[in-house]
Amino acid sequence: MKTRVYVTLKNGVLDPQGKAIHHALEGLGFTGVNDVRAGKLIELDLDPSVGEADVEAMCRKLLANTVIENFRIERDAAATEARA
Amino acid sequence: MKSAVIVFPGSNCDRDMAVALERVTGVRPAMVWHRETALPAGLDLVAIPGGFSYGDYLRSGALAARSPIMRAVVEAAGRGVAVLGVCNGFQILTEAGLLPGALMRNAGLHFVCRDVALKVESSQSVFTSRYDADDEIVVPVAHHDGNYQADPETLDRLEGEGRVAFRYAGACNGSARDIAGILNETGNVLGMMPHPERAVEDAHGRTDGRRLFEGLVEAIG
Repeated sequence: MKTRVYVTLKNGVLDPQGKAIHHALEGLGFTGVNDVRAGKLIELDLDPSVGEADVEAMCRKLLANTVIENFRIERDAAATEARA
Repeated sequence: MKSAVIVFPGSNCDRDMAVALERVTGVRPAMVWHRETALPAGLDLVAIPGGFSYGDYLRSGALAARSPIMRAVVEAAGRGVAVLGVCNGFQILTEAGLLPGALMRNAGLHFVCRDVALKVESSQSVFTSRYDADDEIVVPVAHHDGNYQADPETLDRLEGEGRVAFRYAGACNGSARDIAGILNETGNVLGMMPHPERAVEDAHGRTDGRRLFEGLVEAIG
């Protein structure tokens, strides 16, 4: 089962990469971009036996650094995609 | 002084650290591979060297911090053994939870590789006892992720408890309050982005880093 973990910087944490992307977009002539924040998408292929609590533990122990990052877990990403 | 240098895949300052330690302490450190689960007995100092452990995958230092030897390092730090993390070593210590905060991409996005002036903020630790507070020293930096960040309460606590060991004398990488190196609560763990091991002998061009190692010898044997 496919599970997606989105890791994003917490609000208020300076994001130099997002800033650079923002500048580059402006350089290309795109207007109206107020802010850019860059994050990570981590896809996990999990046995059905792996529970929500296990994925959350993976996030807290390794996938995200909760000092500076938030994470959001999207279970069964394939099914979500099929519905979309 | 009995010391060990931890070696991760992608470490590249491990031998510099070993040479500096041997020159100053007179004793060759043990080189300990990250897959080991125990440190040599009777250690006085563990050094976590600079480099790009695991290619900086996921986050700088994140994977190294979860390697088997780090459990032993955390345990040794808890017993009061001195732990020095330089550059990638500093990143690993924050990821391992031995030091607060995080090291993010440099504010200017550039890899910064040059000599920098540092202000010694505290001489009250086993690492800084051979310096005087307010001393200005020059030590090289070479990093991409040296931008130290923590929440304001943590920063205030570090300052209030005298745990900021070194501060950049001028802007370097965007670090909060120009912090270059910090101590843990008990003062036996130091993480710093600049490389003292690259400034210990005349051939390096500078020797300001030497006093850090001399201080350790004096303080812990």
